[in-house]
Amino acid sequence: MSALAALARLEAVDARRAVPIATVRHCHLADAPLVLIPLRLAGEAAAPLAVMLGTDRADPTLLAVPQPRNRDLRFAFAAELAKVVLEHVEASRGAAEELPPAKDGTERVRYTEAPQVIVPNTGGVAFLRLLGRSTRFRSTEGPHAVEPSVPALGRWATWFAERHDRPGSSLLLAATEALRLHWATGQSALEDGNLAALLGWIDPPDGLDGPAAAARAEDPVRCPPAGPATDPTFDNEVLAPAVAAYDATDGDPRAEERVRAALAGQLTPTWDLVWHAMDLLRALPEGASVPRRWERDRDAFTLFHQTFAEGVPQARRDTAVAAARRLHALERAQDAYDAQRAFDDPLVMAEHRLNGQAFGGVVTEADPTRLDESGKRPKLRPRVRVATEDPVRLDAGTAVCSAERPALKGRIVEYGTGGVLVELTGGLGRKLVPEPGTVPAPGDRVCFTSLTDASFGPARFPEREDTPWTHGGPPAEYVPSDADAAEEWS
Amino acid sequence: MTVQDLDPSAAAGAVVDDVLADLDGSHRGVVVDSPPGAGKSTLVVRAAGHLAAAGERLMIVAQTNEQVDDLIERIAAEHPALTVGRLSAAGYLPPDRVLACPSVKVAQKADDLADRAVVIATAAKWATLSDGSWPWAIVDEAYQMRSDMLLRIAGRFERALFVGDPGQLDPFSSVEVERWAGLTWDPMRSAVAVLLAHNPELPVHRLPVSWRLPASAAPVVSRAFYPFTGFRSGTGPGDRRLEYGAGGMGTSYDHALDEAARSGWALYELPARHALRTDAEAVQATAALAVRVLQRGPVAHSERGSQPVRADRIAIGAAHRDQVAAIRAALGPHGTGITVDTANRLQGREYDVTVVLHPLSGRRDATAFHLESGRLCVLTSRHRHACLVVARAGIPELLDAHPSAEPVRLGVPVRFPDGWEANQAILAHLAQHRVAAHA
Amino acid sequence: MTDTAPALDRLRAGAPPRNHDARTIAALTANPGCARRGLLDAAGVDKDAVARHLGFGTPFGQSQFAITRGNAFEAQVKADGCAELLALLRDRLGLDVGEVGYDDLDDEGGREFRHARTRKLLARALDDAQGTLFDHPLLRLDIGGTPAYLEPDVIAFQLAGRFHVVEIKSFAVVDGQAEPEQVAAAARQAAVYVLALRELVADLGHDPQRVSHEVFLVCPENFSNRPSATPLDVRPQLAVLRRQLDRLTRVDAILNGLPPDLSFALDDGLGAAVRTVEARYAPDCAAGCELAYFCRDEARACGATGALGRGVRDDLGGVDTVEAALDLARGAADPPAELAETAALLRTAARLRAEALGGAA
Repeated sequence: MSALAALARLEAVDARRAVPIATVRHCHLADAPLVLIPLRLAGEAAAPLAVMLGTDRADPTLLAVPQPRNRDLRFAFAAELAKVVLEHVEASRGAAEELPPAKDGTERVRYTEAPQVIVPNTGGVAFLRLLGRSTRFRSTEGPHAVEPSVPALGRWATWFAERHDRPGSSLLLAATEALRLHWATGQSALEDGNLAALLGWIDPPDGLDGPAAAARAEDPVRCPPAGPATDPTFDNEVLAPAVAAYDATDGDPRAEERVRAALAGQLTPTWDLVWHAMDLLRALPEGASVPRRWERDRDAFTLFHQTFAEGVPQARRDTAVAAARRLHALERAQDAYDAQRAFDDPLVMAEHRLNGQAFGGVVTEADPTRLDESGKRPKLRPRVRVATEDPVRLDAGTAVCSAERPALKGRIVEYGTGGVLVELTGGLGRKLVPEPGTVPAPGDRVCFTSLTDASFGPARFPEREDTPWTHGGPPAEYVPSDADAAEEWS
Repeated sequence: MTVQDLDPSAAAGAVVDDVLADLDGSHRGVVVDSPPGAGKSTLVVRAAGHLAAAGERLMIVAQTNEQVDDLIERIAAEHPALTVGRLSAAGYLPPDRVLACPSVKVAQKADDLADRAVVIATAAKWATLSDGSWPWAIVDEAYQMRSDMLLRIAGRFERALFVGDPGQLDPFSSVEVERWAGLTWDPMRSAVAVLLAHNPELPVHRLPVSWRLPASAAPVVSRAFYPFTGFRSGTGPGDRRLEYGAGGMGTSYDHALDEAARSGWALYELPARHALRTDAEAVQATAALAVRVLQRGPVAHSERGSQPVRADRIAIGAAHRDQVAAIRAALGPHGTGITVDTANRLQGREYDVTVVLHPLSGRRDATAFHLESGRLCVLTSRHRHACLVVARAGIPELLDAHPSAEPVRLGVPVRFPDGWEANQAILAHLAQHRVAAHA
Repeated sequence: MTDTAPALDRLRAGAPPRNHDARTIAALTANPGCARRGLLDAAGVDKDAVARHLGFGTPFGQSQFAITRGNAFEAQVKADGCAELLALLRDRLGLDVGEVGYDDLDDEGGREFRHARTRKLLARALDDAQGTLFDHPLLRLDIGGTPAYLEPDVIAFQLAGRFHVVEIKSFAVVDGQAEPEQVAAAARQAAVYVLALRELVADLGHDPQRVSHEVFLVCPENFSNRPSATPLDVRPQLAVLRRQLDRLTRVDAILNGLPPDLSFALDDGLGAAVRTVEARYAPDCAAGCELAYFCRDEARACGATGALGRGVRDDLGGVDTVEAALDLARGAADPPAELAETAALLRTAARLRAEALGGAA
């Protein structure tokens, strides 16, 4: 949180509707994402009750387990879900684009597209993670055999959930998180977790304002929860009798239809909300770095897809080396994501201006052809003075770059009443006079920041078989066992 | 006779002897916990000499370039015959104090230092090596190193001495991830925590005496932040004195200064109010107190003799970087040379007098960040003579109202001391040294 | 405490004090800065009834699917004299649990009788140091002067001379980890039992430390019904609980500032009566206090910045209302000296927002 974000919330309270906190869209939206809304049986970790999913807003698919305690029905459900998800994965990869070979000469390709999954909230992400955990170790042969698609679903669900952990990835989006990245409401972060209330603030229905729409959204009868947890009253008064009837009639199709209809009634409002959320997000112009981050997502997808056949299920817990590698990757992604969003979006950069790590203003003086002749060879070192009202907290000597054109680099010389004096050191061309247009002229509006988009290089880690004694030595190899396959799912 | 009965030098010496004896034994690793100012660097320098004398090639791991250079300077002075290599990154410019050591060679490649008995570098630099092996390593500030860094460098050594202060700030990450909670090799935990989780049989020694903290501070810091292990001061109650050359003018600043000189502590208390982090009044008071100390010509009398306290022996500590920036701006020309930094960056440093802006001053709600015991521990344990704390009134009530609904992760050891308790303990002590602003 | 007891009785307007259980006692630690909650809890006022009367009843029911699952799991763990539990402790945790006596204290008359019997059996176990399981014991803890009876679904057994509380929960532990909020709630409840058990042990003339701060959390493992046991150190929760129970006896300070005829009778004056006592609302109140929605409505109505979250209020440097903060941001009001900084920050923030949004238009 920052004063800027706090102020946005106050403005939203005052306006009685949400206010923007971004001027561009910071996540990728695929042309045909798979919207997936899961419901879980109350009291269980990951027992599926139903999923509404699909890529066509007008044609959702409802998968339901008419007796959620029945193990066979659960696996049948998992197989159906797997079919839809795996079809989506295959349908969304586009063509394989050839890339220049890697340094060691291996061929590299990247799919031109990648599958995107949208769930309503972070609970949906957690559900996919657990669903992945409960299905990926299943065996397709032996006494507890399941359809081959079930463990495949488990591995894909796990992969999507793990990509969600990565800052800036758009392969699996939670609608609430994506919306909160772009709008501030006049309620608390906790209340923003309710998709209907959040949307009520951002785009209230006709005749209502944000607070009224949010209040309505908190009534589970009018707005069923967006899952995966269900409304207890619905469980007790609607679902339980319907399931009991299904049991009593020994699986009569009409009884099954009654369960499905009940669940559809709970899911449909959320289905509409998620698509509505995407409409709102799609209306925003895409941030400049979004395609670059989506390219990383496509790389990850290509790698996972191409090695799927020879791969094994993801480990239950990371080994020491895998954990350290993953943390390193996440930290790099976080740094890059934070910087990229600021460069893409003046409203995000405003946060950095407010905390003094960036400043904006008007150029008052410029010496575009200044040379530094203190060294052996003269160097082009233009200087510009920027008048700013921002609370600058950058010490002399700090390296900065231009927010509009990050290639333009410089360092702070001094900061005083006359503004900030910046000496430019890069992005000026190769000659002793700057390329035209590279040095800001008096009157130009500029913004400089100490943020950089350049990440530190990837780190070196030991191989897992070289895990040192300080971390318990090399871990045992994973060997699939019957115990995995037999693991109860009740 | 127990260690407690010995005089401080003998007690500390006995522990150091035990550590060196363990280095000659068969343990794969040895851990030494060192409370603030307990002679950690002295131990590292001695252990380096000890191992080198046994003919073992040695690598030393520190966390920052400054720490590396500090160690080089001390090893070169203590063991002039020892050949030392300084492994560094490309952009590193050796400071004069390193260039002045004839036994030290600086290089960017480990191969260029193959002839050196001791090679020193930051952990980050060591992590770039993919081969080479040393029979021994000394890892300094090991509690401030993340375990994923240890993972990356542990292949370079066979055995190691880990030295650090368990009471200071834990390492941190810019990402919030829960997936490793409860794992013995959680990469977010400290190197020592992971090392001991996998090697519980390793000997752990504790340096028992703080040579930095005066008799007025050691028991307070020990009780609040090291409740189970404890330590004492190397000097007695009358051994250190802080005097001012100039008398005060009766302002509340002067009262606080006098209280600090008399008792080693002062709480300069501003009226209760909720404020921004960069609370101008508190920032102003913090800077003014430090300048006032300097202006009154302080002289420190100690076992090292009598010396004037100049700007470089005074530090100001705060929790946040924006506070540091505001205090620096408020210091003005009279405060030139006074160190102002965050707790993170003051770790391992030592001054005669410190002025601390209390992390909870002016807050409406205490967060986990503010309550982290290591932060307050660092801030209240940097001084040899006196520590002045600036705070708005009302912190006890703030702590009292603190909701304790921290989530709990299975298998994660409970962290002690609890930040709430530690904060209460320090505040209870400071209350006895309270000076109200604007007397 | 005896001084305030009549005053607290009056606040309930003749209604019997609400029975505390481990969950409600644990919830006392959630927002200790709230005077309203502190007073109502100390007086044993039925906050749920108050909230419903005021039109802010919380719709929390429990799904029968969850209840069924929880009951089935507990029954399974305790079946045949806790056979599964013992096997778990011996085999999975490798504990040296010797011969165990099992005593079921259920259905043995009234609360006093069950508590007396718990006490007697515990005294015997303390003396002969035998491994003993108690099912359905009844403990007692003094809450602000009123005894609360606690019914651990839970069992204490002796290991190396120390008693351990076992807490059975039906949330899953998957690959060694469970929902941190649920674990925290379980730890707080278990701490209540540890504290009550320690008081009983001390009362019996033994060292209270014979009740371990390490409890065993028994939960379904992964996606199965099979139980798993995980040791849990509840020292932090114990320390917090002690502090907060101690505070309850300090309600006299709150009472002093209140009209002497204040009561929370369920009548037309209830809303005004509740508003007389200051609340400290924060959005996370909803997780632990029945009055949360009432207080939220009140906080929103007066434009309290705290309703937007603790962090928001702190970022505003303690400005309490939305209107005042917006006035500062817009430069509408000439700020008093103590708000000059906050005003400057908010004005800068407003200027930067306007600049960025204007530039995009």
